[in-house]
Amino acid sequence: MRVQQSNRSEWASLRDALRDRGEFHDCVIADDEAAITQSNLISGSALYGRGGELRGRSVLVATASQLTTASALIELDGLARRMVICPPDFSLQHLPFVMEAAGADAIVSDRPIQHFGRTRSILFCPCSKAIAPGGEGGDAYYKTEWVLLTSGTTGVPKLVAHSLASLTGAIGPAENARTKVVWSTFYDIRRYGGLQILLRCVLTGASLALSSSREPTADFLARAAAHGITHISGTPSQWRRALMSPAAQLIAPEYVRLSGEIADQGILNALRASYPNARIVHAFASTEAGVAFEVKDGLAGFPASTLEGIAEVEMKVECGSLRIRSSRNASRYLGKDAPALKTDDGFVDTGDMLEQREGRYYFMGRRDGTINVGGLKVHPEEVEAVINQHPAVRTSLVRTKKSPVTGSLVIADVVLQRDPEPTRCNARSIQDDILLLCRESLSSYKVPAAINFIPALTVAESGKVLRRNA
Amino acid sequence: MEIRSEVVTQFTQVAREQGLELARLTDDLELIQSGLDSLAFAIIVARLENVLGLDPFSASEDALFPVTFGELVGLYESAAKQPQ
Repeated sequence: MRVQQSNRSEWASLRDALRDRGEFHDCVIADDEAAITQSNLISGSALYGRGGELRGRSVLVATASQLTTASALIELDGLARRMVICPPDFSLQHLPFVMEAAGADAIVSDRPIQHFGRTRSILFCPCSKAIAPGGEGGDAYYKTEWVLLTSGTTGVPKLVAHSLASLTGAIGPAENARTKVVWSTFYDIRRYGGLQILLRCVLTGASLALSSSREPTADFLARAAAHGITHISGTPSQWRRALMSPAAQLIAPEYVRLSGEIADQGILNALRASYPNARIVHAFASTEAGVAFEVKDGLAGFPASTLEGIAEVEMKVECGSLRIRSSRNASRYLGKDAPALKTDDGFVDTGDMLEQREGRYYFMGRRDGTINVGGLKVHPEEVEAVINQHPAVRTSLVRTKKSPVTGSLVIADVVLQRDPEPTRCNARSIQDDILLLCRESLSSYKVPAAINFIPALTVAESGKVLRRNA
Repeated sequence: MEIRSEVVTQFTQVAREQGLELARLTDDLELIQSGLDSLAFAIIVARLENVLGLDPFSASEDALFPVTFGELVGLYESAAKQPQ
């Protein structure tokens, strides 16, 4: 099972890449409380030197802090057989399902073991922000499988399997080995977009200033400025929020990247006005399809020629949706009864609908009605299932409404039971009740921004409720 | 004045609904310090569009993002003066 180091451009593990990098040993990864020096992880350990116990295991990385996540991932890559990265809003109610689907036999966390309830026969390995000498430090043993979670239709997460090679396929060599690059990202590194930035930093020798959910945007921007960031990424919604702060003027990035949501002309223009000297790039990537392409002309959408223009990525539009086949694709979903990740011809159907106008493609939203609130996916069915639990509700339809702030918002149309007929006054209290129910069981971005009572839903000839994208 | 009071109403109501603590709404309050997150802003903008029939953010591709509460109110007030 030992990995041969055949080709130096493809590292056996992240530690291997760090070791190889040599001259960049002063690169740091910092959050709002602490910082680590990347090279310390070559021989040190954030796992109290217990990494060896995790060799060959399927490890759930369920950390509270992004910084400990970064240390754990670097330390475990090449050592664990598989690591499953839990996103920041991971709900413990899904823990048994995820452990089962991933065959996980260990948990790495900076939280106390009690947080995870009964974890009999599971190896628990604590993880700290500090790196102590005496880690495993050896060569890579495994081509570790990297598993990211994305939200599924029913609220149960989907486990998307990648390799270090598929995750880093879009990362080229350092642009210029002599210039110091400092990255920052509004993204959480436990999601695909943020993980790309972490990997980029480790492989190309750059420092990284992590965001923190505890920290107000203005403080984060000030901290990013203090780190002297040169490159920064985020979703259009995160950028809209940043530009509402005077602190946005504290940073002077040379490279600004947007991904995770449709970048409209408004945000591209606003970024151009705020950072006149920056290269402003919006990219298309998804957890399943990987990084597909970048748009560098400062315009919304992308030139139709892009579909043929990228050597390593095959793209086509079929039935209106963008399909992608490349070595950056995830390999499969994990778990019993998991759906196929690719179509028969090996393409990932992104479900993102395109429309061509005057030689350019524009994103028109999602085929399945998935709502993208600030870069986070909301499946209408999951929200409907919660609303429909309310005894006064007969049926509901959750749909999207365009928002100039978060791209989209979640709106619910609700049909109430006729018997007893609700009065105007108790309709209001039912509305509050439904919202309360939603807040109790859903992440805040999934809770409807408005609930409208309507007499009936429009049902299509197929017998299905008509879903349309606003 | 009507627009200002409607904006204040929506800020207060959405903050309460989202369980967020709202700072005192003065004209020079930076929106980012108001205690509201992006989601709360998005909801406020959507409700104001419902109530006032105005969405100054989507009206132009070059709309500037307001930094203070006063600028936000001003944005709605000047949108109200424009012919629809």
